[in-house]
Amino acid sequence: MNLKTFLAMLARDAHVARRNAFVLLTQTMLQPMMFVFVFGRIMTTSGYMPPQYKSLLLPGIMALSMVMTGTWAVAMPLVAEFQFTKEIEDRLLAPMEMEWLAVEKVVAGMVQALISGLIVIPAAWLAMGSGVAISADHLALFVTMALLVALLSASLGLALGCSVGQQQIGLMFSMVLAPMIFFGCTYYPWAALEKFPIMKRLVLANPLVYASEGLRGALVPQFPHLSTLAVVGGLLGFDAFLIAFGLRQFRRKALT
Amino acid sequence: MRVGIRTDSLRKVFTTPPPVGGQVGRPFAPRRKGAPKPTYTVVALDGVSLDVEPGEIFGLLGPNGAGKSTTVGILTTRVRPTSGQAWIGDFNVWERRVEVKRLIGVVPQRPNLDFALTAREVLTFHGAYFGLSAADRHARADQLLDRFKLTDRANHMLFGFSGGMMQRLSIARAMMHDPSVLFLDEPSAGLDPQTRLLLSEMILDYNARGKTILLTTHNMEEADSLCHRVAIVDHGKVIALGTPKELKRSIPGGYVLRLHFAATPPALADALRAMPGVTETRPAGDGRLDVYADRGGTLIPGIVAAADAAGTAIQDVHILEPSLENLFLHHTGRSLRE
Repeated sequence: MNLKTFLAMLARDAHVARRNAFVLLTQTMLQPMMFVFVFGRIMTTSGYMPPQYKSLLLPGIMALSMVMTGTWAVAMPLVAEFQFTKEIEDRLLAPMEMEWLAVEKVVAGMVQALISGLIVIPAAWLAMGSGVAISADHLALFVTMALLVALLSASLGLALGCSVGQQQIGLMFSMVLAPMIFFGCTYYPWAALEKFPIMKRLVLANPLVYASEGLRGALVPQFPHLSTLAVVGGLLGFDAFLIAFGLRQFRRKALT
Repeated sequence: MRVGIRTDSLRKVFTTPPPVGGQVGRPFAPRRKGAPKPTYTVVALDGVSLDVEPGEIFGLLGPNGAGKSTTVGILTTRVRPTSGQAWIGDFNVWERRVEVKRLIGVVPQRPNLDFALTAREVLTFHGAYFGLSAADRHARADQLLDRFKLTDRANHMLFGFSGGMMQRLSIARAMMHDPSVLFLDEPSAGLDPQTRLLLSEMILDYNARGKTILLTTHNMEEADSLCHRVAIVDHGKVIALGTPKELKRSIPGGYVLRLHFAATPPALADALRAMPGVTETRPAGDGRLDVYADRGGTLIPGIVAAADAAGTAIQDVHILEPSLENLFLHHTGRSLRE
């Protein structure tokens, strides 16, 4: 590995992300924020939802925003740069084993996911008004979760970005990301699926479940959530699988 | 550093379509049950052995699909050879990819510039990937932007750039880290004559500093004027190799007269072969006959008379002066542009 090259590529991605910051943030954060406002503010203030729902919603929205941002930030450029223009070639020709370029993309995606996660907390707080009760008692757990979720989002981006073509982006969104969001325990805790035993098991194949539940356990432990062990195990498993799969797809795309 | 290029019986067989974008297709193409999986086998290179001297300008000349870009792809670490070996300097290309990438600069056939950056950033980030210090890469970028006449567009994003500007920027980028070996895949395709001239100048300048240059082209004049040696490739094989002069001299006679008759009775070919200066005649099918000779137009009256005597008539004459194009025609029976 060549650290200078690696850092130069990170600098390039940071530079491009800064230039496109507004678009990137709007793309991935506007929708969750509107959801927060409607369900966390309007529905709770009007009495259709209990006020505790605000606190329950926040970790889920944070998981959702992080996963969307990281996935989007890694997948979209990869899809575009591997297409017709082959823009990625200038970096594949840099003096570094090409797998490190994939790793660099993952690191850049992680940073963006973490930034969006950190923006969500105050933004959601503002949108929902008073009554959000998150705890800062489990800081180490929170940091671990945030890092694992960021890695999840970026490695999912790598796997998707190297597997779909330009024509399939819409399909990727409606077939992969949308079901992931709705069945990802973002808007409700996993325990809420008690009455849906089959679904309760099925959603465990969705990595977003572990992200939401993990952040819920770290930020609002007063609500039911999956055990830390299950969450860490699930996230580590998905992270490892997605990185291995993503690297394989990357190699296939990068070499002929 | 002076670095050469060597390949030994390179072979590349594509079993999946090359992963080029732009193919429009459904993500899940329906296939009838039991229908065989469509197979795809294309032999792009079929045993190419080359030896490019350090400091040489070497040309790969051939029509589209001859295997030129695949050769460049293998030599630049981007394509894995099915069999055979390639070396840049002392480094085996496939086994020592990182070291090889340090030595080479690549100008691809289609510009693959980073569209998220401005022209100047394309150069400075490229320099950074190769470990150039900040001061070095800014100085070098300025210098290259100036030489390639891009200074006034240096801080623009690439969206509005013309094909010629992108090509110039691609070449500037390839030179940014001062590589010992420069690959140019069809560098002059789609360029106007003025830019083409600038490009030739740049190539010769760069070579004058002891750099090795390998370029592919299907333009005979370009190969003739720039290259020290040329390999003519077709269907993944080298069919002729030498200096442009040697190659041209190797064509029997030098001139080719492409004739079209109403009919070609055997007596006609015999009569033509017996004419002074004619070294060879070759039927090209459908009333066509190629005559290799050491002279051109002065043969026409004799040919017309011979056609008359053989009871046929001449319909079309095309005279080709000695050139690499004729050589290609001689070896393949096809002209480069067909």
